[in-house]
Amino acid sequence: MRVGLFVPCYVDAFEPEVGIATLELLERLGCTVEYPFDQTCCGQPMANTGCHAEAAATEALFVENFSGFDYVVAPSGSCVHHVRTHLTAIPQTDEVKKVRANTFELVEFLHDVLKVEELPWAEFPHKVAYHGNCNALRGIGHARPSEIVKPFFSKPLDLLRLVKGVEIVDIARPDECCGFGGTFSVFEPAVSAKMGYDKVADQNRAGAAYVVSADSSCMMHQKGCAERLGLPLRYIHIAQVLNGATA
Amino acid sequence: MSADNLDPNIRDGVIHPEVRPPDDESERDQDGRRLRHAEGASKPVRAPAVREPQPRGAKIRGNRPVDQAEAAERFLAAPLHQAAHDERLWDLRKKRDVAAHGIPEWEELRDLASEIKTHTLSHLDRYLEQFEAAAKANGVHVHWAADGAEHNRIVLDILRRHEAKTLVKSKSMLTEECGFRHFMGAEGIEIIETDLGERIQQLDNEEPSHVVAPAVHKTRLDVAAVFAKTLGTDPDNDDAHYLAERQRETTRPYILNADAGMTGCNFAIAETGSVVTCTNEGNADLSGNVPPLQIHSIGIEKIIPKVEHLGVFIRLLSRSALGSPITQYTSHFRGPRKGTEMHYVLVDNGRSARLGMEEFWTSLKCIRCGACMNTCPVYRRSGGLSYGATYAGPIGLIIDPTFNKRKYSTLPFSSTMNGSCTNVCPVKINIHEQIFAWRKVLVEEHQIPVLKQGMMKAAGAMLSRPAAYRAAIGAADSALKVLPRFAVYNSLNTWGRKREMPDAPRQSFHAWYKENRMKGGKA
Repeated sequence: MRVGLFVPCYVDAFEPEVGIATLELLERLGCTVEYPFDQTCCGQPMANTGCHAEAAATEALFVENFSGFDYVVAPSGSCVHHVRTHLTAIPQTDEVKKVRANTFELVEFLHDVLKVEELPWAEFPHKVAYHGNCNALRGIGHARPSEIVKPFFSKPLDLLRLVKGVEIVDIARPDECCGFGGTFSVFEPAVSAKMGYDKVADQNRAGAAYVVSADSSCMMHQKGCAERLGLPLRYIHIAQVLNGATA
Repeated sequence: MSADNLDPNIRDGVIHPEVRPPDDESERDQDGRRLRHAEGASKPVRAPAVREPQPRGAKIRGNRPVDQAEAAERFLAAPLHQAAHDERLWDLRKKRDVAAHGIPEWEELRDLASEIKTHTLSHLDRYLEQFEAAAKANGVHVHWAADGAEHNRIVLDILRRHEAKTLVKSKSMLTEECGFRHFMGAEGIEIIETDLGERIQQLDNEEPSHVVAPAVHKTRLDVAAVFAKTLGTDPDNDDAHYLAERQRETTRPYILNADAGMTGCNFAIAETGSVVTCTNEGNADLSGNVPPLQIHSIGIEKIIPKVEHLGVFIRLLSRSALGSPITQYTSHFRGPRKGTEMHYVLVDNGRSARLGMEEFWTSLKCIRCGACMNTCPVYRRSGGLSYGATYAGPIGLIIDPTFNKRKYSTLPFSSTMNGSCTNVCPVKINIHEQIFAWRKVLVEEHQIPVLKQGMMKAAGAMLSRPAAYRAAIGAADSALKVLPRFAVYNSLNTWGRKREMPDAPRQSFHAWYKENRMKGGKA
């Protein structure tokens, strides 16, 4: 199985360990992973701001980099949501459609494609609050959101259950957006930060030592909020936990 | 961990315990249990008795784009108001969840409601004519208004013909759209709102901030201050029962003596020609049934084909809005009482145009339950008046620009597009996807700031050229230098004002890969 690894721009720049953990984890699970060297971004920041024309060249570059793989995997729900749902600023050729259909977020790739049932190397003996990024939760269907009247399921929690020692703590508003929202975080800083402060206070009140999420962008925002409030919370990507990080 | 062992605050979703009173003051049944209907089951919220001035809404400057972010920041600067507002609306969202999860076929009901609306809106001309014919056969006078101004003129004509000087009315978002109260005030007609929340807003000379709970942004202390000034109540008594009773007693004489009465419309049934209103206070019945002249203002999208369809919407409406199975009153108005006159005014006011918008027409399915507002994390932290428009919150973001693209051009950006609104919508409007679509339309029509678009253009230019992108973040420590500008494509550092910056990693993933996974460190 030939897998193209997409390391989103903010992971590349700020959270390289997340990219490394994703790469190592996929290799441990038997995938042949390639990292196209000229990759940058999926186009989401521009498109989410309504600037589709400005996103077109970046989207074209994404498709150019990732065509020809059986799967494209990225440790980011929001980027995968963009590729799957909104990568429409360029003509929808067969190649574009194929790349869009083959792009998976890491958790769903492990859960639905590789159908991982054990992670013997993984141990994380900590109290963990899981943060479901909105694009992963509602956009690509990581879990049953609390609004919907259907049987509960959660792919990330299924995977975390395979990790020895993890204790999941419940927070008051598990599905509430943390306020990052991409460019929303800078164009509406007051509301964005308040949502972040409420989120991290909720995590702290629930007794979490760590917050685990499948999206680094939300966690970058939450970490910045927690540090500003002086809360002792630590943030770690689910790829790192599943790959055997212990702290 | 089972739900019973959880901290009650966590179980209830409370994140501002400071606005929870020490004792549970909620209404009790005779056997001591909390009432399970309507407001009776609401969690008590009581901000500490500290006088914090009520934050006011967006500053309206003619046709200039509304600065929602600025108004939201002022709302957040009043922490007791913000906390009470958030907890009150989150409590409604939680009650909505309990009510919805109590109906196994909830998702099928949403599908059905959405499909009934699709069908009706697709044959709107036919159903409107059927409704008009049935209403006329019932003895109702039917009028058609192309816009808000025509609606107001038609109603004024009716009132003048009857020499009516006073009109009592129930809450209607349509009449807010039409600027009805202001228009009638200038014409010398006295308008009295009979809904408690709407009356509070009228007495405070403020617009409603929420489609179901017009004064939800006010605390009891705010209401006590407004009533003290306008109704002569004791300014130091903020007991909700006392205040509600004073409003009731001062409004009753107006109802008994009014020359005319008006209601809005929740549902207009084509086959019977009847209008259905849903209220918890019974004030639509009083407004419609007591005065000798009754007028019902109806948005043309409120039509449903048959009585049998009504049950689907009734089951969804109050559960979505308040978490109660049904409103206290579901009232059917069908024809004039003996010796009185009854009028319908069917209002378009942009609806036909909206019906022709391929990406946005389904917003006409809205039944004004307010569930999207209650669940919206941005709305709960901004207050409804921050939007500076008739419709606030998620549904407002997609409806308001259809009235005025320039003035409301900023609103679709006041969202994180988290999608919770879409999931609670009882008629399955894809609200967050329409927010995304509106952003595209507004950019294409040059309705966003030049600076913002310029930033996106620069970001797109960098991110589409690997060499430029690498130059910006490539070297081991340069990410810190361009931080947080790179992350957010912004030179103003609004990130760092409220949040700590991320640590700069030793090297990017790209550099790590080159160093560790490529022979000779070369691509």
